[in-house]
Amino acid sequence: MPDTPPTTGRRRTRALRAGLALLATIVAAVALLPAIWTRSPDRQLDPAVAGLARPGSRFDVVHRADGSTLAAVAIEVAASEVVLQGQPRPTRIAIGDLAGGGLGPQALDSQFFPLGSDEFGRDVAARLLAGGRVSLAVAGWTVLLIALVALPLGAATGSAPPAVDRFVLRALEGLQAFPRLFLLLGLAAIVRPGVLSVVLILGLTGWIPMARLVRAEVRGLRNREFVLAARSAGAGRARIVLRHLLPNALAPALIEASLAAASAIVSEAALSFLGFGLQPPAASWGNMIADGRTALTGGWWVAFFPGAALALTAIAFNLVGEGLRDRLDPRSTAQPPAAPR
Amino acid sequence: MAASRDDRLIVIRALLARLTSALLASWIVLTAVFFLLRLLPGEPGTIFEDPRVPQEQRQRLRTIYGLDRPLPEQYVRWLGGVARGEWGYSLSQHRPVGQILRETAPNTLLLSGAALLLELGLGLALGVAAAARADSVADRGMRILSITLWSLPTFWLGLMLMAAFAVALPLFPPGAMRSVDADELGLGRRVLDLLWHLALPAAAIGVPAAAATARFVRSTVLERLGEPFVQSARARGLSAGRVLWTHALRAGLAPIAQLAGLSLAALLSGTIAVEVVFGWPGIGRATYDALVARDYPLLLAGTALSAAFVLAGSFLAELLQTWLDPRLRDA
Repeated sequence: MPDTPPTTGRRRTRALRAGLALLATIVAAVALLPAIWTRSPDRQLDPAVAGLARPGSRFDVVHRADGSTLAAVAIEVAASEVVLQGQPRPTRIAIGDLAGGGLGPQALDSQFFPLGSDEFGRDVAARLLAGGRVSLAVAGWTVLLIALVALPLGAATGSAPPAVDRFVLRALEGLQAFPRLFLLLGLAAIVRPGVLSVVLILGLTGWIPMARLVRAEVRGLRNREFVLAARSAGAGRARIVLRHLLPNALAPALIEASLAAASAIVSEAALSFLGFGLQPPAASWGNMIADGRTALTGGWWVAFFPGAALALTAIAFNLVGEGLRDRLDPRSTAQPPAAPR
Repeated sequence: MAASRDDRLIVIRALLARLTSALLASWIVLTAVFFLLRLLPGEPGTIFEDPRVPQEQRQRLRTIYGLDRPLPEQYVRWLGGVARGEWGYSLSQHRPVGQILRETAPNTLLLSGAALLLELGLGLALGVAAAARADSVADRGMRILSITLWSLPTFWLGLMLMAAFAVALPLFPPGAMRSVDADELGLGRRVLDLLWHLALPAAAIGVPAAAATARFVRSTVLERLGEPFVQSARARGLSAGRVLWTHALRAGLAPIAQLAGLSLAALLSGTIAVEVVFGWPGIGRATYDALVARDYPLLLAGTALSAAFVLAGSFLAELLQTWLDPRLRDA
């Protein structure tokens, strides 16, 4: 039985590479697919027929001259009218009333829903892409905010006199005792919901773990030889912190950053799911799952796909975090994993 | 082992210091939330915006609830009440907040307790199994599985479990805590009915947490396996299983107890959304409803109580940890 896993070389970076590849795929899909899949995430295709359509559904669609659309399971074209099948009873529309005045491509087309539609007849695939842009942006900005708060604060505390350090550490431990979602909900009720406010409250409640890591690292290195050497060479406190201590703390901070990104994206979804994050009609993965909750008995796919996308993104970030830990910090195998949500 | 009495004193003093700081932090957070909530447009309680309630009635309600007094006075009265264990009067349910908490707290404790059991049971079993086969294909598969499971958002997992096992395959109830006719059942059947309702929400919270715990148990046990006392046990000819379960795992129980305490905050956060999804009548759902109804006394009390649970849990976990750590126990 091996004492510790002899992870070296390619083996040691496997999780990291898998995580980065998954993340790159998700980001590329969310960034590039809208160029191909151009249907608007807010467009409602005739909810009477196309509401809660299964993944892979295809509808014939009639565009009328007045701009409205009707969807049908099948369309029959007669001499002077088109007959839409699949409504409660067949609907007849005179050919003269069609867009473009005839049976051209402006008037009749067929629409495909690869991931199905929601109760309002909106395309789940288009909403998934639109929601993904928002969810990923929120996670990215949140991690940036966390780093901006946690790095200076952690470095300052770690290099401060012991009394100050102990006081700040106590305060941080106390704050961490709060179940985060309760705190998030309380804060979310106070601010006006939107991307900016969600980023702010996620960032301001999420920086503590990283600050503590940076503080611990800085504190541990403070009296090491290379720091003492710098100090005896006449380097000031700021220079020692910035040039010698903080760079060493970047590795744990980077690991924590990817775990924080996973946590941020899940927390945003939880807030939006509960109605206190990003507001409809704008799509976010969280509020799509909320839509899917009301539609659950009619169709599992409305909640399934955004949640699966969310889970995959969280998995990617967590894999990157784990992989970075393997790579940068092989000593600390026994880290309690960051448990967000 | 002469110094261990002193060691224990030091540990207890450190625990008390931490408790004090946590209480201070709770007070600061609750005070901040108290004042920030009053910055919101509109009044506490949606009843004050209901056009059907006549003006003089509203004024009377404001007087009854003490909302017509200056804000600092409201704060002092609220804080005085909290010090006496009175959390005020719910603006949405129109009954004492304490009564609501007494009704909902046991349900949340039941749900998070079940989730904690699931987390520790599954986590220990899978973690030790993975450590026994460290670096095998099974171990690497377990790693991927546990990263996947702990990345799952609990509220979504809850919904999907509901879609699969309550809607598509109606094996479990889709929500609530007891059947409509539960009162007419005998005690044994009533307990079974409760467990039947508990299964899906507890799994939604407990399974992702178990995955995280399994990873932690695996690395803790692996670390212990390298230590001299384990190697000497092996040298004495004890079987691999016995070394694993009685020596390595027992030595690792202390950090695992600490993890259990730390994971309480996550479990309780998980209960909010899962209680909302499954209509589980606990503190999380009461707090959420209070938030929607702008029922500030209930909101503050629910938040405070959940923080108190977390504090109590981590306090217990640390006591357990000092008791489990052989270096501190053998006094």
